[in-house]
Amino acid sequence: MDIVDLSRLQFAFTAMIHFLFVPLTLGLAFLLAIMESVYVMTGKTIYRDMTKFWGKLFGINFALGVTTGIAMEFQFGTNWSYYSHYVGDIFGAPLAIEALMAFFLESTLVGLFFFGWDRLSKEKHLAVTWLMALATNLSALWILVANGWMQHPIGSVFNIDTMRMELTSFSEVIFNPVAQVKFVHTVSAGYVTGAVFVLAISSWYLLKGRDLPFARRSFAIASAFGLASALSVIVLGDESGYELGDVQKVKLAAVEAEWHTHPAPAAFTVFGIPNEQTQTTDYALKIPAVLGLIATRSVTEEVAGLSELKEKHLERIIRGQEAYVLMTQYRAGDKSPATINRFNEVSANLGYGMLLTAYTDDVANATAEHIAQAVEDSIPKVWPLFWSFRIMVACGVLMLVLFAAAFWHSAKRTVDKPRWLLKFALFSLPLPWIASEAGWFVAEYGRQPWAIGEILPTHLAVSQLSVSDIWFSLGAIAVLYTIFVIIEMWLMTKYARLGPSALHTGKYDLESPANVKEA
Amino acid sequence: MDYEALRFIWWLLIGVLLIGFVVTDGFDMGVAALLKVLGKSNDERRVMINAIAPHWDGNQVWLITAGGALFAAWPTVYAASFSGFYIALMLTLFALFLRPIGFEYRAKIDSEAWRNRWDWALTAGSAIPALIFGVAFGNLLQGVPFYFDDILRLHYTGSFWALLNPFALLAGVLSLLMILNHGATYLQLKTEAELKARSENLSAVLALVCAAIFVLAGVWLFLAVDGYSVTSLIDTNGANRTTDKTVLISAGAWFSNYAKWPLLWLVPALGVAGFVVCALASKTQRHITAFISSSLAIAMVVLTAGVSMFPFVMPSSSTPAHSLTMWDATASESTLMIMFVVACIFVPLILAYTAWSYFVMRGRLNEQHIRDNSHSLY
Repeated sequence: MDIVDLSRLQFAFTAMIHFLFVPLTLGLAFLLAIMESVYVMTGKTIYRDMTKFWGKLFGINFALGVTTGIAMEFQFGTNWSYYSHYVGDIFGAPLAIEALMAFFLESTLVGLFFFGWDRLSKEKHLAVTWLMALATNLSALWILVANGWMQHPIGSVFNIDTMRMELTSFSEVIFNPVAQVKFVHTVSAGYVTGAVFVLAISSWYLLKGRDLPFARRSFAIASAFGLASALSVIVLGDESGYELGDVQKVKLAAVEAEWHTHPAPAAFTVFGIPNEQTQTTDYALKIPAVLGLIATRSVTEEVAGLSELKEKHLERIIRGQEAYVLMTQYRAGDKSPATINRFNEVSANLGYGMLLTAYTDDVANATAEHIAQAVEDSIPKVWPLFWSFRIMVACGVLMLVLFAAAFWHSAKRTVDKPRWLLKFALFSLPLPWIASEAGWFVAEYGRQPWAIGEILPTHLAVSQLSVSDIWFSLGAIAVLYTIFVIIEMWLMTKYARLGPSALHTGKYDLESPANVKEA
Repeated sequence: MDYEALRFIWWLLIGVLLIGFVVTDGFDMGVAALLKVLGKSNDERRVMINAIAPHWDGNQVWLITAGGALFAAWPTVYAASFSGFYIALMLTLFALFLRPIGFEYRAKIDSEAWRNRWDWALTAGSAIPALIFGVAFGNLLQGVPFYFDDILRLHYTGSFWALLNPFALLAGVLSLLMILNHGATYLQLKTEAELKARSENLSAVLALVCAAIFVLAGVWLFLAVDGYSVTSLIDTNGANRTTDKTVLISAGAWFSNYAKWPLLWLVPALGVAGFVVCALASKTQRHITAFISSSLAIAMVVLTAGVSMFPFVMPSSSTPAHSLTMWDATASESTLMIMFVVACIFVPLILAYTAWSYFVMRGRLNEQHIRDNSHSLY
């Protein structure tokens, strides 16, 4: 493996592990705020105990979120130094603002959330919890503004003198529609994660017949919050952003295995086996018109197919080759108006020209084979995207059914929930994580071959490190993260089994004299 | 406000963020690194940990923010320093990994062996970054080998082992010791009885050692470390021309700013004075004075490095013309402006709610308090 593969592997691994902890933090923070609000409004201490107990689990999860988050903030500089130089002028700002506006608040308040119970009035502590939850969401907003810009880079322009992208409109970057759609989709998925977590563990207590009043109340709050969130994830799904920009179009075509552009409105492929060789989808089961409706919100617009997108890429690579050559001439000292004018005409394709550097050092004399190869690689592999998208959607639909059933039984106020429902909830525990990871895979693998869509290819974005340096870091991170995740899951399981008895209030089931041994 | 002014302001702001990091996260790192030195029993160690428990997380965000601000305001410096010091940075990250989980998980299992492991993890997780940050600054002062190619891709040609040279190691030791001292002054404020007495005794000695090493490093820098100076004109108001300048390496160049503006001698002088006052105050049990003078001293140590190198931030020893300065390695004017406005709004807010959180958690901790709240504290 070369430095590009290794750098990508390291980033993928650290990001995916980080995202095991983020969605639960996003969701649980709001659930804690809701539980504590009920406590402050009703004065019933069981709701305070709920806040404290689920807060304990929140803390176990939060610690690893912080740990794995540190690596994310520094990794752009360590492993993606050309990326950092090339787009830092735009990409750095939302990361810095995230820290200043959100992460500071979240991290300061999390200390008061845990240690301020006896030092703050009820109302002040509640305000701390709400602000902490808000701050986690603000955090997500800025990170997704940064990520959205990678997918759909607007509000910026290439500066040939400084050899990088520079900011032209910060409001465009903030109100980037791709970022906004992603934000709503991602935080809602986080709320679903928090809700499934509470629902599954509460169901386990109900199945065991333990701490019933505590478990029933937790179940009710989680099912209502979860139903609303699951609906919002699905209704405000990511797809609405798929028609903006080439990267998103490629992603949509790959996700749906749209090999060719078909007359509008496009059909939705529910199932099939994408075949890269024949550029067809075998055994495809299609629903007419649905994809066109989802993606374009119309029945007359076409959804671009991969072969047509590749034709466009060919043209842009050829113009990009010229842009790249002119850029090199300019930087070597040829600042004649002819060079500058022509460069400005084709500079929008510079990124496409950069794609060629993966196949030859001499871009000016790239052969037809090099160009054909670059066109071929200008779209990601179809089957991983096709399948991970369907895994995500399937998990989402299952969770929606779960929450609908759970909410129905909570709303009916039946004291004993049916056992099938409790088991369904318990075994649904991994679903939100599978859906989140699959969703991020679609978003980021679907962005390839770009680090910044149409601007900077992934292979150029890396730091010029040695292979052994990255093997060292990747190996060490793999070992450390594995140990951390094992410890985290073990503690999480231990405290979840202990339940509210972990608070040592003396009121809960495992603390009664008959059960002390078991604890 | 023009580009030049914004560039200077961002040099100051990066300094503020770095100082914010060493002053706030510095004491919690110091406390955690002293767990095995000052804490003689589990209860004492828990007092130490809980003295910083509500705050270490917020404090650490100064580091995250400094990283983010470097990315936004000095993207090329962020790219060059983080990838150039790759292995050192990775070791720092691995160490930092241990802190959040160490604090959170240590008290979750009632076992001596479990706690002992986390104590070591917290010690290493706090001492190693302090050491490495010092070593990094020691290397920046000497220049590091890197150059840019024709599309401004950075190539770092040094090795990890070359970072561990005598001057840099001395800077690393200074960094570690001043963090330990800072932690001890915080413990003077937050603990009682024997733990407090041990912290006072430690600071009374350690602060003087820091002063001595700081002076020694200064003399060494003057006698044996060549400095850098820009000999061409930099357009401080124009676009970055990072690789288009001429740079001279010469003995004593790091002291030219002091020759030009003699008032700058106050910066290192206040650093030395801060350590000395800290030692005296610790000996005479003036705890607030000890903590404030320690904060002042470490702020001045960071500032001394910045002032000596100004306008350089990352000199290249192999291709001096490619050295990064705070005039020609910055973000664009509009990004600097936006980030300046954001910083003006949020830094005061951050200081306000951070101060409030310290106010809420004010007062000393003792072992009885730990035993009474065993299940809710760290």
